[in-house]
Amino acid sequence: MRASLHPPRPVGGLNRAEMSWREKIRQINLSLLALITAVACIGFLTLYSAAQGSLEPWALKQMIRFVMGMSLLMVAALIDIRTWMRYSYAFYGLSVLLLVAVQIRGTIGMGAQRWIDLGFIQLQPSELMKVALIMALARYFHGQAPEDFRRLTTLIIPLIMVLAPVGLVLKQPDLGTALMLLMSAAAMFFIAGVRLWIFGVALAGGLGAIPVAWQFLHDYQRQRLIIFLNPDQDPLGAGYHITQSKIALGSGGLLGKGYMMGTQSRLNFLPEKQTDFIFTMFAEEWGMLGGVVLLGLYALLVAWGYSISLRCRSQYGRLLALGVVTTFFLYFFINSAMVMGLVPVVGVPLPLISYGGTSMLSLLFGFGLVMSAHVHREIPISRSGAAED
Amino acid sequence: MYHNSDRARLFGRRATLLAGGQAVLVGSLVARMYYLQVMEAERYRLQAEGNRISTQLLAPPRGLILDRNGIAMAINQHNYRVLVVPEQTPSLNFTLDRLAQIIPLGDSDRIRIAKDSRRRRSFVPITVRENLSWEDVARVEVNAPDLPGIIIDVGQSRYYPLERLGAHILGYVSVPSEQDLTTQAADSLLELPGFRIGKGGVEKVYDLALRGKGGRSTMEVNSVGRVIKQLDRVEGEPGIDLTMTLDLRLQEYAAQRLGDESAAVVVMDIYSGNVLVMASTPSFDPNAFNRGLTGPEWNELTSNPRSPLTNKAIAGQFAPGSTFKLMTALAALEGGGISPDMRVFCPGHLQLGAIKFHCWKKGGHGSLDMIGGIKNSCDVYFYEVSRRIGPDRIHDMATKFGLGQITGIDLPGEKPGLVPNRAWKRAALGQPWHPGESLINGIGQGYCLATPLQLATMVARVANGGLQVVPRVARDEINGRIVSPHDDHPQWNSCDVSQHSIDIVRKGMFGVSNEPGGTAYRARIQEENMWLSGKTGSAQVRHISMHERESGVIKNENLPWKERDHALFVAYAPEQAPRFAISVVVEHGGGGSAVAAPIARDIMIEVQRRELARNTEMGKRE
Repeated sequence: MRASLHPPRPVGGLNRAEMSWREKIRQINLSLLALITAVACIGFLTLYSAAQGSLEPWALKQMIRFVMGMSLLMVAALIDIRTWMRYSYAFYGLSVLLLVAVQIRGTIGMGAQRWIDLGFIQLQPSELMKVALIMALARYFHGQAPEDFRRLTTLIIPLIMVLAPVGLVLKQPDLGTALMLLMSAAAMFFIAGVRLWIFGVALAGGLGAIPVAWQFLHDYQRQRLIIFLNPDQDPLGAGYHITQSKIALGSGGLLGKGYMMGTQSRLNFLPEKQTDFIFTMFAEEWGMLGGVVLLGLYALLVAWGYSISLRCRSQYGRLLALGVVTTFFLYFFINSAMVMGLVPVVGVPLPLISYGGTSMLSLLFGFGLVMSAHVHREIPISRSGAAED
Repeated sequence: MYHNSDRARLFGRRATLLAGGQAVLVGSLVARMYYLQVMEAERYRLQAEGNRISTQLLAPPRGLILDRNGIAMAINQHNYRVLVVPEQTPSLNFTLDRLAQIIPLGDSDRIRIAKDSRRRRSFVPITVRENLSWEDVARVEVNAPDLPGIIIDVGQSRYYPLERLGAHILGYVSVPSEQDLTTQAADSLLELPGFRIGKGGVEKVYDLALRGKGGRSTMEVNSVGRVIKQLDRVEGEPGIDLTMTLDLRLQEYAAQRLGDESAAVVVMDIYSGNVLVMASTPSFDPNAFNRGLTGPEWNELTSNPRSPLTNKAIAGQFAPGSTFKLMTALAALEGGGISPDMRVFCPGHLQLGAIKFHCWKKGGHGSLDMIGGIKNSCDVYFYEVSRRIGPDRIHDMATKFGLGQITGIDLPGEKPGLVPNRAWKRAALGQPWHPGESLINGIGQGYCLATPLQLATMVARVANGGLQVVPRVARDEINGRIVSPHDDHPQWNSCDVSQHSIDIVRKGMFGVSNEPGGTAYRARIQEENMWLSGKTGSAQVRHISMHERESGVIKNENLPWKERDHALFVAYAPEQAPRFAISVVVEHGGGGSAVAAPIARDIMIEVQRRELARNTEMGKRE
């Protein structure tokens, strides 16, 4: 048992176990940091190539953001997991408020608005919500024993916690993020131990509700959904992207065309090569081999997350770590499946690689929470939130 | 102690399941990569190298707009134009500079092109110039090798052969705005160069159906973008032709009859709601919008006090004047506790407190019952009735007959008008209702406002016995609301007004037009079987001072245009078996009986003659 690494800690009157800073820093998981950095470096290289061999305009900025994100990760890692747990609901509440705020600003201004400008950074509350929702659900399920799931009423509160932000994000309208939120929430329900038949009922209910929801949509919203599901209907829009993406990927072959030699990306046939379609560009230049290596790194990162999660003594830590890692998994799976034409086109970036600030920061913050769960893995937390032995 | 270890075990089991699922998904990614990058690699390599796929959207022809007899009101014409594909130029400015040496290219064009090129994806062609002459087309064609990225294209542009006639109803087409591009992002047709969408009138209401669906052709092109061969071609669907309810010849007659007046006429079928005539004068030529208006032309259109761009039939709101007395009468009969036989003595005015309310007839009408009140349009009679029943009953009745709300006709920009009641005044002005306001409200003055279309609808509902017919200008097959051309009796809701009350009002209207002394007797139709029954109205737009009354009210002809009364007339015909309703409003035209009624008479004769001719023709065919 890993627990033997630590001498038994004195038990205080309040049942609190405390760790010194030195102890915490020693517990930082260096392999996880190395994996994250490796993936990010692949991102810098690809962005450098996307700019035809230049640090401008993307690679350098991305590096700066990565350094900022890593600092955020370290800070998050050293903060006590019980503190995170205590503020989980507050953080969630704040994220909901921010979502409402963009909604109001978006209504007053024209069209869809997803940003709040804080001056130094443009904050995308839906991105924040991805982490906040996991924290809130982890906190809630932490307080439930397996027997509690026999009562369906146990599920009312977490369902509201999920559906409120999903509804707000749908109104933006941002179908991709809404689906991401739904899926990672479903994974949380699953690992928390919600009974399996409930998932069956929810799926059937969801499918049954589609025709009803359809009635309430505007014509143009319906059009958008149809094209979302069938991009061939819009050969010059979403369909164009996918066709070009497949050509670039396929022509890369097994070994690729070589670094900085991808013709399709170079000739601008590939759209959005620095953001959503960066995987295509990478795989065009490095071939299937490069692609598999990258997927392998991602898989390894996820596996590391699993191992951290399973070693936590508190249910909150376990749920939090696995929730973040599952969201991360969804990111890279949906993005790469999209560029390969396996799933419809949605605006989901390739994590740690696509050019973009908010998703980089929120992902690294998420990993900071995973790290905190790791650093504080030996601290058991009672259902009410206090440390226990 | 609780079962933390149970929970951890359950968590472990579930986590294993989840991990298994994720492993399968990653496996599918690898398999897909193998398929694309190893099995199909050769095919994609060929597509990537040397050849490229280029897909072009094919614009469907826009549906025609026809009148009810099949005469074309909106058609498509060939339009030769020069386009540029930014992606295929060495630099956009280089190509445009070259082009400018061959055909004239203004600064404003270049600014617009630069703006479009930022807004659109680089493979989407942008319109450089439109409506080119043959000579220009030939010159560009000859120089094509020196103009990379330039395409000559035959597009279609909308043409309205009748020009001013029916312009307000047809509307016009124009390039999509920024907002259209966001709200209709799903339709990539909007990104086509020079593609136009409906912006007003039926062009707007039925835009999606008229627009059709885009086709596409997929082509193989070489590295400079030249087409090598066509790979695939999917034809789109042309837009659906739209048949209107309008009768163009009647429309033309009505427009001529209105002449230069600022006026509006609506004629509708009282059972089907089909609008046969909707004219608003002066009008404008919608083709000018397609060509592009010059500054002075635009200024002339917008600064003209007779507002040619407004469809006065649906967006002009006028005090209904005495035509509103029909509603006051119905409200009095239906629950107002007033018998049609109740007599009111008119000495020429009615005294309320310190204020004298005058009748239009200086000496007064003497003693009148309701039918007499309508026939003579006696103001004092309706002052008295309205004083007794108050504004709320009148409001409720007028609402049932279509006033104070949009009728729901299939045209954009309809105005709701206004029928006041106590609640409205408190909410809108924060003041209680004054008894004096009841008096003028009863004769359609004061706050009351109505559009010509509402007045026609009101009279149609009176004539059809209280059915809430809704007007329409298109045979709306597209939105599924179709009534076939032969089905002229769709199901309408009822106004819930007794036939007896309607008969009283109609007797009054008969008197107006057909009995000596009626206010429109001089504008009656003398042909047997074509008689009309109507109601005149003259809506006063200025205050007549005490001093002026004493020295004699100034005649309309002697007033500046803006201060003259609005002339109104509503009617239905034929009296024996009503079929058509009409409303005529002449803005600052003077008296209803002298100006509006003769116009209505002439148009109604023409309408009934045409109908008779149509029927005999149909009879012959069968």
